[in-house]
Amino acid sequence: MDSKSNAEPIMIDNLYKRFGDHTVLNGITLHVKHGETVAVLGRSGIGKSVLLKLIIGLQPSDAGSVKIDGQEITSLNFQQLNEVRKRIGFLFQQAALYDSLTVEENVAFPLSRHTNMPVADRAKRVKELLAGVGMEQDLEKMPSEISGGMQKRVGLARALALDPRILLFDEPTAGLDPITAAEIGKLILELKQKRQMTAIVVTHDIRGAKTFSDRMVLIHEGNILADGPLSDLQKSKHPFVIQFLRDSS
Amino acid sequence: MPTNAISGTLGYPNARGRDLPFRSIFVKGLEWFGELGIFFARVFRAAVTSPYELGELLRQCEAIGAKSLPLVALAGAATGVVLSLQTHDALSRFGAKSLLPAVIVFSIIKESGPVITGLVVAGRVGAGIGAELGSMKVTEQIDAMEASAVDPYKFLAATRVLACVLMLPLLTLAADFSGVIMGWLANNLADPISFRLFLDNGFKSVQFSDFIPPTLKTACFGLIIGIVACFQGMRTTGGTEGVGRSATSSVVLSSLFVILADVVLVRLILMLWG
Repeated sequence: MDSKSNAEPIMIDNLYKRFGDHTVLNGITLHVKHGETVAVLGRSGIGKSVLLKLIIGLQPSDAGSVKIDGQEITSLNFQQLNEVRKRIGFLFQQAALYDSLTVEENVAFPLSRHTNMPVADRAKRVKELLAGVGMEQDLEKMPSEISGGMQKRVGLARALALDPRILLFDEPTAGLDPITAAEIGKLILELKQKRQMTAIVVTHDIRGAKTFSDRMVLIHEGNILADGPLSDLQKSKHPFVIQFLRDSS
Repeated sequence: MPTNAISGTLGYPNARGRDLPFRSIFVKGLEWFGELGIFFARVFRAAVTSPYELGELLRQCEAIGAKSLPLVALAGAATGVVLSLQTHDALSRFGAKSLLPAVIVFSIIKESGPVITGLVVAGRVGAGIGAELGSMKVTEQIDAMEASAVDPYKFLAATRVLACVLMLPLLTLAADFSGVIMGWLANNLADPISFRLFLDNGFKSVQFSDFIPPTLKTACFGLIIGIVACFQGMRTTGGTEGVGRSATSSVVLSSLFVILADVVLVRLILMLWG
């Protein structure tokens, strides 16, 4: 138990994932410390989103180890995996709000399933969560009635509903205008500062990542090519790192 | 190589070309049935283990049962009218018009009502489930549900399958009812007969085995429609085009399996209660 409680919240070791003949992750190793926010960068289709799905067990890995709070998740059964998932919040690329439920019901969904909160307390908690992302005025709206940026805010509120210790963000600012993207980035930074959350943020937005991440990892050809603060990446002599940073700025 | 290329261009099948499509279709068919079996086992296990999603089950019963009622009743009514018109003409030729109520009642409760209900629900509900779950799959809503530690097989699939199983027999009763009523009404226009006399004549020879097994067999139709539609929906790939494909394949496959199951179930019912 001690070794588990002292373990780093996310430990990925030698992780492999293939789709048919195409190797997406080729023995990737990434450890994230408590309270640390890591931005994962790389070209589209390189396997960044797959990495997040492997961390939460939405897809099986081919080989390697994924430990959450010291617990190996690749060998867990469905119920055990669900217990781990309750400690992780996941913001999907398109927010993935349930389109048959209102904004309020979307955020209440995890609470109604995993807590015994009285209805009034649950409603209060939902309002608090939505107020935290500036969406408390839109409780009754359906996801189709709000913009993409607003959907991401609601998705973030839903991801925070069970008070997770770990957050995974899949392209939180993709497809948003610069102002909304900056607002989402600010929310991630606030979460990091207020809640000391451990987070992995998959993003293409290096400028945003610079503000909220402690370090950046650049994935190339299924493995980590560069790892460190932006200043370290900028010192890299590797042609791909130089090109990626140049073209992203 | 050049020979193959030319023959391929001209449409002459070579040895590989002739063999592979059939083998590929056969293997894909077997894979589909295997995956369907695994899916069914997973949904069954999710349905019988707690916690039970009673709220969602009721919502699905309303969506599948209550909202299908007008269409099913209309289809049943149309069947009753057509049966009445067609059999009235045929029986008149043989001087057996007095058998008309019995023919209508027997036809509707034993076969037409259940099959019409099965096919109408396969069309309406199969397409709805296939498209809804397909859309949820391609927009990552099912992944989001799983990431929230909620079992989509329990919350989405088991509730829909159970609702189909529970609602089909009830909808069949509605189809039977409207079919018999409209059968009488259509008959009444040609040969006036009181509703009570029509029912007396129609149900005089009806036994338990004529009514209960054919009605309950639609629970099997419900199982087929629910499982096939959920399976096709939850394995959707390829964006909106994939959603369309899932909706279409849900309807086609569930209708096909309802018809095939009807053949088997009719034989079974005749063997057991014949």
